[in-house]
Amino acid sequence: MEVEKILSKYPRSKDYLLEILHDIQNHHPQNYIPAEAVQKVAGHLNIKRAQVYGVIGYYSMFSTKPRGKYIIRVCASPICNMMGSCNLLDFLKQKLGVGLGEITADGLFTLETTECLGNCAAAPAMMVNQEIFGNLTPGMIESLLEHYSKKSK
Amino acid sequence: MPKEYRIALRNCGLINPESIDEFIAADGYQALRKALKSEPLGIYEEIYDSGLRGRGGAGFPTGAKEKAAAVICSDCEKYVICNADEGEPGTFKDRIIMETDPHTLIEGITIAAYSIVAHRGFIYIRGEYELSIQRIQNAIEQAYGRGFLGENILGSGFNFHLEIRRGAGSYLCGEELTLIESVEGKRGYPRIKPPYPAEKGLWGAPTLINNVETLANFPAIILNGAKWYRSIGTEKSPGTKIFTISGDVNKPGFYEFPMGVTLRELIYEVAGGIRNGKPFGAALIGGAAGTFASEQHLDVQMGYDKLRDAGLTLGSGAVIVMDSTRDLNQTMLSILKFFKHESCGKCIPCRIGTTQLYEALKENLTQLYFKADTVYPELIRQAEMIARTSLCPLGQSPILPLKSLWEHILVKQIANK
Repeated sequence: MEVEKILSKYPRSKDYLLEILHDIQNHHPQNYIPAEAVQKVAGHLNIKRAQVYGVIGYYSMFSTKPRGKYIIRVCASPICNMMGSCNLLDFLKQKLGVGLGEITADGLFTLETTECLGNCAAAPAMMVNQEIFGNLTPGMIESLLEHYSKKSK
Repeated sequence: MPKEYRIALRNCGLINPESIDEFIAADGYQALRKALKSEPLGIYEEIYDSGLRGRGGAGFPTGAKEKAAAVICSDCEKYVICNADEGEPGTFKDRIIMETDPHTLIEGITIAAYSIVAHRGFIYIRGEYELSIQRIQNAIEQAYGRGFLGENILGSGFNFHLEIRRGAGSYLCGEELTLIESVEGKRGYPRIKPPYPAEKGLWGAPTLINNVETLANFPAIILNGAKWYRSIGTEKSPGTKIFTISGDVNKPGFYEFPMGVTLRELIYEVAGGIRNGKPFGAALIGGAAGTFASEQHLDVQMGYDKLRDAGLTLGSGAVIVMDSTRDLNQTMLSILKFFKHESCGKCIPCRIGTTQLYEALKENLTQLYFKADTVYPELIRQAEMIARTSLCPLGQSPILPLKSLWEHILVKQIANK
């Protein structure tokens, strides 16, 4: 969806800033908020670009750098950590051939960590874009990666 | 086995969360009907008398909060905010309420709004809770369609409009004044207290801000009365609490029990005991900003007063269980890493202090001989200083797990060597 179209849904009131940024990022194929969009948001809400960047920079879900089509967020909370999420993170790094915050060569995945996802009864957990998965094992992760690779084709 | 008693979760799993008809068939919106027929004063007095306390973690008397927001002015703009920014590690009760029974929450928020006479409200849901956001959005639309939200609700002349605001990955935004900053579209920096939200909240107006589980108790209290609510739980901690049990237990999950259930019952009966038959090691109660309980605490009753007397906190109701083989220093390290990551950087003691605590423990754990008896007292000394000098509850949190881990568990381990 175009940025203009998203902006037209929202009143020109600053309290919609986070909502607008979520919408722009979720509709961008590379899951980020480009500089041109920041300019337009600032214009729509009649605030400084620096204010928009200030908000983007504070919240860990937002990014001003292109990301993969799917963002994998591995839960790094004390519970998931205890239940083995750090091993899964290593497994993902090796499987995808990327470090934290990096995009895979095919542009499909970006690997990140997140704080508690509230899925602690099924730890370790992770999120792929908006979907949450729990009770993860390396085998499950492999089939999830396959699933998303196929889905993108 | 103690019996589950569901109030906040009374419709969980029994109705289709996407159907307002099923909710109405289960006595849904009856409490709102009843509330709208009485004076707002009667509503907050009922809540006050029920003894309900904030279920988000701080445990502040809910009725007192409502009264403060209600009496501050009669004809001014006011707001109600539902805090659904559930980020405390090990806690997922609010998610379950929103996913399984969104209308109970909307009914509770609308009753709260009526009691303080607010005409606009927000539910601030953390951005990671996609399903909760969808379910609440759907429920809001249905409630508008049936006249439970909007203008002249159920012909009472009372207007109330409710919107969702999404968070974007900040633990600190669960703190009420920081959450208000975020709703206003700003960075999540805490404000200095006082003034409290009831005096100066959203856009400087009196604001009532309550946790999801707290508000989900409202309909039942209004329908059945404060006396009924007080008959459940203990004298000092009336009502029920949702406990989210995770870690090394056979049946991790969410369970709602009357206050007063013991930790032993929760772990060994409700959650099926420790996995693989291992001995109990420790339980972290209340999340990262919580306290470590040892074996000697297993028979303590879960309630605000009894836990406090035992040097513990109820917090959000998270119970994270660790078997005896777990390295608690590593758990502590990941807790400190969490605070370091979530410190917003506005005030120096917390920004530098949380990093320093993490680095110090990490460094010491790499030493060949880790001397807990020299490391922990120093960490506690620093954490106490951070707690005294920080602006908001985040800086006041690391002392809780640090001190309780040391005093309740590590000291005894050293003595037994």
